Amino acid sequence: MGQTLAEKILSEHAGRAVRAGEFVIASVDVCLVQDGTGPLAVRQLQKIKLERVAHPAKTVLFLDHAAPSPRKELSNDHALLRRFAKKTGAVLSEVGDGVCHQIIPESYLGPGDVHVGADSHTCTGGALCAFATGMGSTDVAIAMALGKTWFRVPETFKIRVEGKFRDGVYPKDLVLHLIGTIGADGATYKALEYSGGAVEEMNMSGRLTIANMAVEAGAKVGLFPSDDVTTEYLRTMGRGDAFRPIAPDPEAEYERTIEIDASTLEPTVSFPHTVDNTRTMSQIRKMDPVKIDQVVIGTCTNGRLEDLQVAASILKGKKRDKDTRLLVAPASRSVLTAALKDGTLQALIDAGALVLPPGCGPCVGVHQGVLGDGEACLTTQNRNFVGRMGNPKGLIYLGSPATAAATALAGKLTDPREVI
Amino acid sequence: MEKMKGKAWAFGDDISTDHIAPGRLFHLRSNLPELAKHVLEDADPEFASKMNKGDFVVGGNNFGLGSSREHAPTIIRMAGISAVLAKSFARIFYRNAINVGLPVIICNTDRIGAADELEVDLDAGVVHNLTKKKEIPFAPLPKVMQKILEDGGLLNHIGKYGDFNLD
Repeated sequence: MGQTLAEKILSEHAGRAVRAGEFVIASVDVCLVQDGTGPLAVRQLQKIKLERVAHPAKTVLFLDHAAPSPRKELSNDHALLRRFAKKTGAVLSEVGDGVCHQIIPESYLGPGDVHVGADSHTCTGGALCAFATGMGSTDVAIAMALGKTWFRVPETFKIRVEGKFRDGVYPKDLVLHLIGTIGADGATYKALEYSGGAVEEMNMSGRLTIANMAVEAGAKVGLFPSDDVTTEYLRTMGRGDAFRPIAPDPEAEYERTIEIDASTLEPTVSFPHTVDNTRTMSQIRKMDPVKIDQVVIGTCTNGRLEDLQVAASILKGKKRDKDTRLLVAPASRSVLTAALKDGTLQALIDAGALVLPPGCGPCVGVHQGVLGDGEACLTTQNRNFVGRMGNPKGLIYLGSPATAAATALAGKLTDPREVI
Repeated sequence: MEKMKGKAWAFGDDISTDHIAPGRLFHLRSNLPELAKHVLEDADPEFASKMNKGDFVVGGNNFGLGSSREHAPTIIRMAGISAVLAKSFARIFYRNAINVGLPVIICNTDRIGAADELEVDLDAGVVHNLTKKKEIPFAPLPKVMQKILEDGGLLNHIGKYGDFNLD
């Protein structure tokens, strides 16, 4: 019987061949918690006197959601995580290092790994062909301490993408289109598995964007094959020896197959207040203009060098609309450094951007760009729920870095194809 | 398990963890009793002051979508809600709820209105809508989750056995 990527990776970690629907105990290779979920995880382990980690070098505690800390309560939470790291030998990723889901692929994760994290966007690691999924603090605390957890092996939806992306259309538009088509609960409990010509040609930055949003369709994981793009990425990160090729078996069984022709896609935007409330630019052009008060480029979804470069190519030599704030948050220190070296940041700053420290930025509503009542924000992040950016009276629109840049120039939702 | 009895508080589809425990209260995550005073505040600002211990939260589709924050089911339980009933749950919330000992029930919530009196029998797998005089059946939890819930959540389970004991 052929296996999907999810079945293959979980079989290796359960020590026996497993099929969709089975419950398994599987070993876990890489764990993360962050400053919003880590303190609870640590306290849970303290409660049952299990304050240890099974794999210290691959257990990472991230200070990224409130970085630097805006309040004493959060400073104390940071201190708790720093103490836990010292005590157990786990790795601490300090304020300013960047977002967990950027640093894990850069420095820790490899194809075929099982990765759990106390953050829903842990599924980002699926881009590297790792079974990567988000869980709560207690689940991850136990996985950190024991080096294993339980899973129900998910059924898989195959997402086959053929055709070439047109100019101005990006992987972000593809994933928003997919979620708009199947719905925010369209893949609940399932694995998504991407394949096809457009996927083979897609760089790691685009794959990470798509894998990051698997959870926005309810999925447990969004998996890409481990191929030439994977080996090239790992080599660039100085971890070439972490590579091994992994592909699904040809006769693997899929619950559903979804075909997408990339050449028919348009720039796509999620409207408030759910990710599946999508509209294409053709539809938006027929509407009354949507005024935007703040544009955010960054986050674990679209805060990579390639994302900032796309935005800079549109904004270079121009100015943001005077009534539209522009915030840019590189996803990690290495992204910040690279964007500084190649002139990308200078172009963004000259266009009127405020550059935030590497981290989650305004995405979680903790700090650095909380919306006012009735204000609208176009952001490259993954979520637009009521209250997400710190104010239940704020309006959040999701789009690609190109759409964000075009919108910052015009001060209203704008098709990037009008300015490239 | 004993039967649970209380009033239904009806919320619609897509109640996210941001509705339940919003990011603007991030700094209260290490002060759960205080955070619990704000439970579901961004769906209904008066909910915490109106509800009584033993009541039920009733949702539609995809209850608990979004963030992995376990604080969301934790503060629902701390506020005194006996169970959450919905047509479907987001995966992480569902697993978190069981881990923190909050019963979550997948059933046809179209048959429950605001303020209906409910009696939930977890063992028999049935919700009695006492107001509408209707019985709403539901499927039992997967065995693994039933075991964790019976042990009072994942922490108690691991505390008791020192390891997973789910067979």
